[in-house]
Amino acid sequence: MSRIGNATRRQLLERLALGGLATAAAPSLARATPAAACRMRGTGDLGLVVERATGSVLIVESTGRTILHRVTGLGDLSHASAVFSRDERFAYVFGRDGGLTKVDIIEGRIERRVVQGGNAIGGAISDDGRLIAVSNYEPGGVRVFDAATLERIADVPAIGADGKASKTVGLVDAPGRRFLYTLYDAGEIWIADFSQSAASEPVITRLAGVGKLPYDASISADGRHYIAGLFGEDGLVHLDLWAEPARPRRILDGYGRGEAPLPVFKMPHLEGWALMDGKYLLPAVARHELIAVDARSFTEVGRVKTHGQPIFAVTRPDGRQAWVNFAHPLNDTIQVVDAASLAIVHEMKPGPAVLHIEFTPRGHEAWVSVRDANRIDVYDARCFAKLAELPAEKPSGIFFTARAHRIGQ
Amino acid sequence: MTLATSRLIGRWSRPSRLAALAVLAAAAPENAPAVDAARQADLVQLVRQDCGSCHGLTLKGGLGKPLEPAALAGIDAAGIAEIILSGVPGTPMPPWQGLLSREDAEWIAAALKQGLPE
Repeated sequence: MSRIGNATRRQLLERLALGGLATAAAPSLARATPAAACRMRGTGDLGLVVERATGSVLIVESTGRTILHRVTGLGDLSHASAVFSRDERFAYVFGRDGGLTKVDIIEGRIERRVVQGGNAIGGAISDDGRLIAVSNYEPGGVRVFDAATLERIADVPAIGADGKASKTVGLVDAPGRRFLYTLYDAGEIWIADFSQSAASEPVITRLAGVGKLPYDASISADGRHYIAGLFGEDGLVHLDLWAEPARPRRILDGYGRGEAPLPVFKMPHLEGWALMDGKYLLPAVARHELIAVDARSFTEVGRVKTHGQPIFAVTRPDGRQAWVNFAHPLNDTIQVVDAASLAIVHEMKPGPAVLHIEFTPRGHEAWVSVRDANRIDVYDARCFAKLAELPAEKPSGIFFTARAHRIGQ
Repeated sequence: MTLATSRLIGRWSRPSRLAALAVLAAAAPENAPAVDAARQADLVQLVRQDCGSCHGLTLKGGLGKPLEPAALAGIDAAGIAEIILSGVPGTPMPPWQGLLSREDAEWIAAALKQGLPE
């Protein structure tokens, strides 16, 4: 194929993607797909955007800022998330309806799909890339699948100390072929270790009584610190995985200082709460506030008054700034927090229902989903100028392939 | 009834269409429609997208309970409206009063009982 041929094909595809998708012209895009598949390319600049209402995902590339494919038939994608295979060829998409879909992001098609549970809330991929774990609301517990075939390997029910089946949330991978998650109803943290035994029989460490309703959790980029947020209690739980034995401890206890909490119209997310200037920014549930904790002592070192209740605070990969979005009904705004001073240095209003923010791997751009405008906006991550708009149907999560090589993502 | 409302009802099956007419008639008296068609569209969007973050886009449940008609069979519309406005203490279900009027909540409750329009 000649270079000119390639360029023309590419331009045509881009035009189809940008013009066609706004009116959901899926057939023309589908016809364009084989041409795209013929082009040999790497996947390091690719990403996946969840279109939550239509059960579809977009495969995007961040070099030319274009849409390459729309893949349909992924089921109910409310609150969907994705992880990537080690070779960045495949995305594993976790849907609300229990669907686990393996998407070939080069060819823009579903490679395999199973409906593994009744009602799911996210997943993770093991450090060796061989295991996919999915966390379930219904029937509860965690199920583990072979990343190549999606055959089920293990079923780990989450029966808490109270004897009841629990919803599981906050599922992350940890070094050493481990997964961590919380039992939402029972108030526990479990560590499932697949490194020693046969994969179907993980060694489970149960840490009970960690606090009320641990609604989400996150692991630090080095895989050492697991932090779970609590709902209905002012505090979070910190687990140092280097300690033997691992012992959960309460941090930021009573952060609300007895003030009446505001109604919470959307739960915060702990994913992406990365390190900046020796501290983590964590959400104060039911408050218009972020709390900065020291990354060694996990004690409070500052607070940031914000526009609304924070949902995500995503650190730019260089750690200099965090971009923050907010809960309904104040979800049209992004604020940018400076790491050193904890001051808000910029505010913008991309549009109605800003759901997610994803930086390009080295942080030169930020991609923002603006759900109710049916748009992805691309910003210069330093001067905040808007560089591009891409049409998308009710977009939510944005996931770039660089996540394949990060712990806990 | 506005065109938009009748189009909305037109998508439902006949028995539920009749029931919905009754519900709408009860919730929205002739001369003072409590929730007009534009607001109804806003509320459907709110329930699917924002309530949906806990209850699921298809309302089959998630962190929050399922909100499909069968799941709500044991509770009347007035009770549902009350939960919407006041929340459920001790759970993440927040009180929506302040963002939603009583009329909004009653319309949502009735619509959920019937099966929320797409």
